[in-house]
Amino acid sequence: MALYDGHWILTALVVLPLVGGAACLLVPEARAKTVALATTLVLFALSLPLFWTFDTAESGFQNLVSIPWIEAWGISYAVGVDGISILMILLTTFTMPLAVAGSFSHIRRRERAFYAMLLFLTTGMIGVFVALDLFLFYVFWEIMLIPMYFLIGVWGGERRIYSAVKFFLYTAAGSLLMLVAIVTLAWIFQDGSGAWSFAYDDLASLELGRRAQLWLFGGFALAFAIKVPLFPFHTWLPDAHVEAPTAGSVILAGVLLKMGVYGFLRFGLPLFPAAATDPAVVNAMLVLGLIGILYAAWVAAVQPDAKKLIAYTSVAHLGFVVLGVFGLTTQGIEGGILQMVNHGISTGTLFLLIGMLYERRHSRRIADFGGIAKVMPVFAFALVVVALSSVGLPGTNGFVGEFLILVGTFRTHPWIAAIATTGVIFAACYMLPMVQRVVFNRLDREENRTLTDVNRRERLILAPLLALILLIGVWPGPFLNRTRASVEALIEHVETRTASAPPVEAASVEPSSVEPVLIEAPSVEAASVEAAPIAAGSGATPAHISKSAVEAGEGE
Amino acid sequence: MSLGAVTGSGSLVATALGGQEGAGAGFQPVLPWLILALPLLGAAVNGAGAFLWRDDKRIPTIVGPAALLGSFAVVLLNFIAMSGAEPHGAAVVGLWNWIVSGDLRIGVDLQFDPLSMLMCMIVTGVGSLIHVYSVGYMRDDPGYSRYFSYLNLFVFFMLVLVLGASFPLMFVGWEGVGLCSYLLIGFWYENREYANAGKKAFIMNRIGDAGFLVAMFLIFTAFGTLDFIPVFEAAEGTLAYGGALVTGITLLLFLGCTGKSAQIPLHTWLPDAMAGPTPVSALIHAATMVTAGVYLIARTSVLFALSPVSQGVVAAVGAGTALFAASIAIRQYDIKKVLAYSTISQLGYMFLAVGVGAFTAGVFHLMTHAFFKALLFLGAGAVIHAVHHAWAHGEDGHGDARHGDPNDMRNHGGLRKYMPRTFVFMWVATLAIAGVPPLAGFFSKDEIIWYSGVYGTPILWGVALATAVLTAVYMARLMVMTFHGRNRTFGHGGVAEAGRRLHEVPAVMWAPLALLAVLSVVGGWANIPEALPLLPTVEWLHHWLEPVFAPAIAVKEAHGFAPEYRAPAGGGEALWAGVSAAIAIAAVVGTVRALSPKPVPTEAESEAPTGFARVLHDKWYVDELYDRAIVRPSLALWRACWRIVDAGLIDGAVNGAGRAARLLGWAGGQLQTGRVTTYLVAFMLGALLVLGVLS
Repeated sequence: MALYDGHWILTALVVLPLVGGAACLLVPEARAKTVALATTLVLFALSLPLFWTFDTAESGFQNLVSIPWIEAWGISYAVGVDGISILMILLTTFTMPLAVAGSFSHIRRRERAFYAMLLFLTTGMIGVFVALDLFLFYVFWEIMLIPMYFLIGVWGGERRIYSAVKFFLYTAAGSLLMLVAIVTLAWIFQDGSGAWSFAYDDLASLELGRRAQLWLFGGFALAFAIKVPLFPFHTWLPDAHVEAPTAGSVILAGVLLKMGVYGFLRFGLPLFPAAATDPAVVNAMLVLGLIGILYAAWVAAVQPDAKKLIAYTSVAHLGFVVLGVFGLTTQGIEGGILQMVNHGISTGTLFLLIGMLYERRHSRRIADFGGIAKVMPVFAFALVVVALSSVGLPGTNGFVGEFLILVGTFRTHPWIAAIATTGVIFAACYMLPMVQRVVFNRLDREENRTLTDVNRRERLILAPLLALILLIGVWPGPFLNRTRASVEALIEHVETRTASAPPVEAASVEPSSVEPVLIEAPSVEAASVEAAPIAAGSGATPAHISKSAVEAGEGE
Repeated sequence: MSLGAVTGSGSLVATALGGQEGAGAGFQPVLPWLILALPLLGAAVNGAGAFLWRDDKRIPTIVGPAALLGSFAVVLLNFIAMSGAEPHGAAVVGLWNWIVSGDLRIGVDLQFDPLSMLMCMIVTGVGSLIHVYSVGYMRDDPGYSRYFSYLNLFVFFMLVLVLGASFPLMFVGWEGVGLCSYLLIGFWYENREYANAGKKAFIMNRIGDAGFLVAMFLIFTAFGTLDFIPVFEAAEGTLAYGGALVTGITLLLFLGCTGKSAQIPLHTWLPDAMAGPTPVSALIHAATMVTAGVYLIARTSVLFALSPVSQGVVAAVGAGTALFAASIAIRQYDIKKVLAYSTISQLGYMFLAVGVGAFTAGVFHLMTHAFFKALLFLGAGAVIHAVHHAWAHGEDGHGDARHGDPNDMRNHGGLRKYMPRTFVFMWVATLAIAGVPPLAGFFSKDEIIWYSGVYGTPILWGVALATAVLTAVYMARLMVMTFHGRNRTFGHGGVAEAGRRLHEVPAVMWAPLALLAVLSVVGGWANIPEALPLLPTVEWLHHWLEPVFAPAIAVKEAHGFAPEYRAPAGGGEALWAGVSAAIAIAAVVGTVRALSPKPVPTEAESEAPTGFARVLHDKWYVDELYDRAIVRPSLALWRACWRIVDAGLIDGAVNGAGRAARLLGWAGGQLQTGRVTTYLVAFMLGALLVLGVLS
């Protein structure tokens, strides 16, 4: 274990893809994919011990590294991992080799640049998940945008330019406001303490007024809501998915869509607890999540294009995740994090499968298929298993996530959770007809008779994904228990800080002079609060939370 | 999977039901995990076989039935062990922790109690016979290995459903059997209608499942746990009698039951489900899966006992469905459709029973129905098999297309001559379901009719009696059309050809029928009513299940449940048992005598029925109603969401904003040289510049 004491590992995960990407640009065209696959496989291997050595009892950051970078502005290179990011990092490193291998026969032009883009994107994604300095976070957040823009715009389908620009404008618009909010936060900190800082712990310790929190939360929330994507900011997603090459879609679904919810968990809730638990905000987020679940499922059900259908299902799945996060219960948030992993696996696999079909048939129109199970039995088996995961059948990973989200959200917002539960009906309404029209029915099109089943490389890609779908379905323990300590600390932090936030005040921006309190600081009073809303069941109304939290506040 | 991997609640937790401390101490489950592991292993081996040794039928022939017979042997061992331990408590075996989050803990825990053991006996016992029968029925099917994989997997999930010690684990089985049902209804997926039927079954079941899920959320919110035993023990203290919460929980659970057990209003998937292979109809859509709703209410009897409103709804829906479905069965020509509506009707009886609080009667009928309805379906399968082979034999293999539908009874007739064994077994089952003593259905159905009057209302009692008459009529009609009269398989003039081509099914198929016929006779003797003490097994099943239902009965008694054992029209149980037996015999004899002399037109000759007969033949137009009132408006709404809201409103706004930012677009256009290296260089330079300036 001495070798793997972890301090260098996160940095290695960030830097390695950058080096690999540069190497891709330098080697001959034909070798680029080999270099890319090797890089991502090494990356995955490097990240695995992170999972084994993760201390499940520790709620704070592990493998923490903080090096001053731009000292004058208080910007540092600070990275670390906790229960909220650990699964996201592994999801990224797990997805990348599959995305690379899935592109081997699909990408035939500008291979060097393509694989370099994939690897640069990886750096951005891992960077977002490990960054503990808000400036650093923003840099990675923006770095991510550019390779994705090119992946869609250069290697995409017919309407790639429109889709790429739409993707870029949507996300750039959101991030600009976030930058303003980040700088404002740092300025508030400077105003209170006399020194600039972008460090996560420093900014999380700020005691902001409710109104300031609402404004700043809004700045972050738009960026995150677009990334999630939350209704009605979702229309970039279907276009981006349809036009992106398979690897782009896999990464979009597998990792990029997690950024928004991750942002809410990492920044939105802890930095602005009063805003994030404000009844108006919570209800708005829950209702938008709920609309996403139902509306996106409906729209998905009438799509003629298989890829677009799956793109819309992403909106529905992420709607569930948002529900879990803003329900603010242990089950809801743990389920939400697990569901992000599940969605990455199942939707990523669905895009891979549709990509395999497209490579053979050059069509994604559902109506062009039918009876494929006759000629591609292994493909049909995989599609059915993944579709069942996507609709949340018990025994697959999808059920564990959805169940936890719904059972958790039901405790605080029973009606919304109950309505969201009808999403399981609509999931069957969009997924089963698609599966039927692709793999079942009569094989009545001449072109489809000659399709060949998935080859050895494709089986090697699908096997680990299908295995994970079943493994998480029957034994989610190892994944859930890594999120536990951090999630419980997060809820505790949000609840204590909501109570300690000053009541509505006149001054819009009023930094507190109170000694910053680290979020990990354990306190007996707070610990008692943490259990309260859980035990209280549906009675845990906002009034109840604030009451117990007020008691905790008095204790301090 | 082994007991070595046990975590959480301890390796072997024996807990008594209903607060009888230590009552179950005498019973230790024997190899409990093996009951589940064998069918799962069978599914895996046969599933692999579907890809690896597609044309070799030896392995599935051995593995498929053997997995079931092995599981049945272990169940039998446990059943005997439990019979020896008095009184029969509940033993919970923990295998591993499934979902743990915060204060929620869901374990993979199996509950062994009299109810789950009885269900296991039915599932693995009847299941074994149907697996053996399938060896003959599916012999020529190219998907033979895949078939056994699905069938084994179904039994695995069905056993999870009945053995699960918590609501979520039961739900795993609940949706798992739904999945297998979906796969097996659409087994011949190349037929679009069959595939549609599977999809319809899955989606309609999901409507019910959503109710089940919300019920679980309510239970967890109220009790803080989802395990059966703690929930039921705390039920009376936690939930107010007749309160909104318990009524909500039980009605939502019952919504799940209407989906799984095909009750009004979610019944329409079951007749379509007849698209699956006939042994599947026997196992899944008659004997086991569709009874899961009855099992759920029996399992949660304490909760239902706390809500008189829910009990009333269950009884009313059950009675209504029983009569409604029986009325449709009278006018169907497809032999499997008759049996499908008969199943819906008989399930209605079971819900009527558990709805009025006669839980034992409901489970009793569940058991006897599993015997005689499985027999009826397998017998129908034998008929279909024989007709199909007669048509296909010696021809180009497309006999069905030329002759018609082998399921259509108008293409049968006079089969007693060619299939004497099947003929006898089918009559045994018919008399059993019609309620002719001393066959199984007489005892179980009579008990339901009796309690629907004693515990329920005169209306329920009247409906139950009327349904009994209809049952006898449609079953007798089925027998007359199929086995009596002149054969019509090759047209009215083709009797000679029929003699050459129609044959009895092989022993591997009729032997299971024989065993089921025996069970259809003696199955009812498991619970002889006290009023007719003809055998020493008086109220045996009632005593066996007593530990499970005692808490529910206690709740009802504590709230004024004190029935007077008199029928609504006066008279005791023995009298009314005699009356209903007489009614059943009269209806069967009357129908046979009325229909036998009438010539039956063949499928090709017959004209569409008119008037009320047509309404019944067309199933009261429920499918059409759902299509017009729900399916089509939904699709229209969904298309509007896509075309108008998404593509119109939202994207319109986005594109408008995009045009406003035309300058940005123009600037971008200037940079779009189409050379990736230019972009890359610009990107890297820009990034370095920004970082450099900041440092």
